[in-house]
Amino acid sequence: MLVGIESSDDAAVYKINEDVALIQTLDFFTPVVDDPYTFGQIAAANALSDVYAMGGEPFLALNIVCFPDCLDPLILSEILRGGQDKVTEAGAVLAGGHSVSDDEPKYGLSVSGFVNPLRIMTNNRAKPGDVLILTKPLGVGIINTAIKAGIASETASREAILSMTSLNRIGKEATQDINGVHSITDITGFGLLGHAIEMAEGSNVTFRIKSNDIPYIASAEEYANMGLIPAGAYKNRDFFIGRAFISDQIPVFLRDILFDPQTSGGLLISVAKEDSQQVLDNLINSPVAYACIGEVEVFSEKYVIVE
Amino acid sequence: MNNNTTVDARGLSCPQPVILTLNAIKKMNDGEIIILVDTETSQENVCRAGKSQGWETAEVQPEGDAYRIILRKEI
Repeated sequence: MLVGIESSDDAAVYKINEDVALIQTLDFFTPVVDDPYTFGQIAAANALSDVYAMGGEPFLALNIVCFPDCLDPLILSEILRGGQDKVTEAGAVLAGGHSVSDDEPKYGLSVSGFVNPLRIMTNNRAKPGDVLILTKPLGVGIINTAIKAGIASETASREAILSMTSLNRIGKEATQDINGVHSITDITGFGLLGHAIEMAEGSNVTFRIKSNDIPYIASAEEYANMGLIPAGAYKNRDFFIGRAFISDQIPVFLRDILFDPQTSGGLLISVAKEDSQQVLDNLINSPVAYACIGEVEVFSEKYVIVE
Repeated sequence: MNNNTTVDARGLSCPQPVILTLNAIKKMNDGEIIILVDTETSQENVCRAGKSQGWETAEVQPEGDAYRIILRKEI
């Protein structure tokens, strides 16, 4: 066993031999968007992400399905088609799964992936002098809340969906074979700050994040100011705030975005400064916003400082 | 003229309390809106919704398991 429950990584890693380790992960949730095909894509991209965050390549996936008897089975087949398309795009095989009857639909995948044991990326090896790169924009939790409220603009919905359905493969491949890449995590339910704190704490370092450089979906500012903030963002704030220092200069909406729980969020990559440009160059074809958002320092007082 | 209205958003989860608040605001130019909510998330979100439309939070009072929020706008 190489990575298990003792770390806050999302996947388990088991060494099969000197060259191959198995990554095993699963994730599923209730619909975040109305369109079943899009939901299937998002849930699959989200589940596959855990394999990419460990530096691995997914090869096999199984469906996890909860579905009410009273709903049109056509909705389910659309969800499954969305999942299938993402698994195919990832170059993996979808080989069945299991479904149970439930009051509320839920969908996700159990995914197996392979990784070279020497190339496993965990979230606790960031080093002082590293640069932090975020591979997707923030704010999708807020946009999803605005979608539920019927207030989100078409542009905002489109941007959020594009981000949520994008595979983190592009981020993973951007780091491939670059020795200076020390640590990776994917940004999900704890928001950027929660996951950044976990990574900094596990690495015993301080992340200095520059708020002006954080990519986010533009409309998230307007919707956050309107109070369209998911309960999870407040929970994250209350849980993590003591381990971070956030400058008073940062507007309230941006604080909300920092704690906003992300569905199928991007990768946070900690890479040696001299190799960071290479990673950014490799991300050039990404369909979504990415940016260098800060630096890693020797630990001082707080795990994350946002200025 | 006594321009006020009450919105009971207890038992509703976000973003419903915000939608009800914004709907109430749309119908009023000024005055007072009393909103009842039962989670802290809803309480914070409703105050922000008011602020975004130019309504100040005049009062937030815990009331049993709920909160009583008064939003006010004066012309």
